[in-house]
Amino acid sequence: MNMLIIHTLNGISFGMLLFLLASGLTLIFGLMSIINLSHGGYYLLGAYIGVTVIMHTGNFLLAMLVSGISIAIIGVLMERFFLRELHLQPLPQVLLTIGFTFVFADIALMIWGGEARFIEKPSFLMNPVFIGKIGFPSYRFFVILVGATIAGLLWLFQERTRVGGMVRAAVNDEEIARGLGINVPLLFILVFGLGAFLAGLCGVLGGPFIGVYPGVDFEILLLTLIVIIVGGVGSLKGALVGSLLIGLIDNFGKVFFPELARFTIYAPMVIILALKPSGLFGSRS
Amino acid sequence: MCLRLKQWILFLIIAAALIIYPYAVPSYYFTALLTQVLIFSIFTMGLNLLAGYTGLSSLGHGALFGSGAYTAALLMKYVSKNMWLGFSAGVLVAGVLAGLFALISLRTTRVYFLFITIALGQLIWAIVFGWRSLTGGDDGMPGIGKPTVWSSITLSGGTTYYYFALISFLIVLFIIYRITTSPFGHVLIGIRENENRIRHLGYNVWLYKFIAFVVSGLLTGLGGVIWTYYNGFVSPRDASFEFSAEALLIVILGGRGTLFGPLVGTVVVVLIKNIIAAFTQRWLFVLGVAYILTILYARSGVVGTLGIRIKRWVGEWGE
Repeated sequence: MNMLIIHTLNGISFGMLLFLLASGLTLIFGLMSIINLSHGGYYLLGAYIGVTVIMHTGNFLLAMLVSGISIAIIGVLMERFFLRELHLQPLPQVLLTIGFTFVFADIALMIWGGEARFIEKPSFLMNPVFIGKIGFPSYRFFVILVGATIAGLLWLFQERTRVGGMVRAAVNDEEIARGLGINVPLLFILVFGLGAFLAGLCGVLGGPFIGVYPGVDFEILLLTLIVIIVGGVGSLKGALVGSLLIGLIDNFGKVFFPELARFTIYAPMVIILALKPSGLFGSRS
Repeated sequence: MCLRLKQWILFLIIAAALIIYPYAVPSYYFTALLTQVLIFSIFTMGLNLLAGYTGLSSLGHGALFGSGAYTAALLMKYVSKNMWLGFSAGVLVAGVLAGLFALISLRTTRVYFLFITIALGQLIWAIVFGWRSLTGGDDGMPGIGKPTVWSSITLSGGTTYYYFALISFLIVLFIIYRITTSPFGHVLIGIRENENRIRHLGYNVWLYKFIAFVVSGLLTGLGGVIWTYYNGFVSPRDASFEFSAEALLIVILGGRGTLFGPLVGTVVVVLIKNIIAAFTQRWLFVLGVAYILTILYARSGVVGTLGIRIKRWVGEWGE
């Protein structure tokens, strides 16, 4: 029973991390129809930048912020100078962003070397939280809290702010939005930067339980892709449901079927896609 | 007719060059490199039939290559070293798998097709990666040995295997040529250009796509089997997403929907990976930059772009 709660907690916290990654990716797709496969590369670079910041300052929250902002800058530059040329060309976008993932991976290898790094939990989250007599890792609660907060903020941004309304308008009909005088290219930069910011921040946030090592970029990327495929590409709600689902399946799969751990993630996805090709909450097909 | 004649001449020149190559350049290293080029070209030609001619860009073909490669390796290790058994089984498994992939993925189009083929490919990768007791997991399957052709004759040796790969390559090239110049192939190209029009002409578009997917899978699996026999080793890398992406990049780089595009693209990428890797440790960087440059400047492919240039050049001469 005790273990069950711990694994559920781990699953949900991993799910929240995936949500932060997937929400950026899915917003970018919904608004610009850009498939950004360098999201895993953003995560990797963000994590390594976090390693360096923590080494120098020891401040975990600062590391999250610095990583997020650095990656947002990289993301905006990529959008402005490379992806904008490839508007509505999915295949070139996919291959270009895979190319960038390789470049990022090699830059990380050049600067931080090939050994696995580890991000220490912030000191105020070292001790377990006791509920009754059972101790829970407080860091996992922190991840869930951060994830839920950002999910709430994203929702508020999209539904309750003027800029969010403009984003929704541009998602629905880009041409009409432009015609109404909405600066759509600026929205593109904003949303792309936001997605990249979240990916960079996730690198630091995920560091203490995923680790920082070469190859984590593609692992994270593929998990994020599964989340948005299952949830439905372009849907924030889908990203939330998908990430919790995949987070839990991943955790319990690893516990109950260690040999087929990865299979247990991909199999439900294929089943869902076979039944509903646009994902659980996807509208377009 | 004129175009066909040109293609035949080009075909004969390439075939002749490849046949005399090991004698012209007696270097073990370059023969090995060219063997790799031929094997991967079989793979990329198979993918080109689907991604280039039919317009269905699959990002899961690495898994079909891997399924052929692993089938051959598993048979070698656990059942028999007979080459013909490995060939039939490997190609068959890849073909059946391609059929299953097609059943699921052809329900979608465009972006969703890309995503779902990634997902299907990853499913196969997860099996070979995770099933350690059978496939060795991450370590792969080393020391498979050489297959036997007939009783005690084995297939080994650099130049011998080079010619074996060459014959297979030429056969596949011929198959692709015949398919794409047949009425069937014209329908595939028609689907790529305007699917609705083909549908309204009364063709069963789904069936054509399905057959293209399966044939593409059969050829891709063939590449996998030949790769296993050449390498004596398989690893999950041979079924990975990165590998699928690389194959698709090669198809685009060489020229989508062209007969010789996959060969040209494969030559470029294999050379980049092997020769530049000899000079610098930064091969991953170089590979990434190659992706980026290809997409920015060579999206229509080397063969397509060269073709236009040559036509323009010839046109200027004619004036």
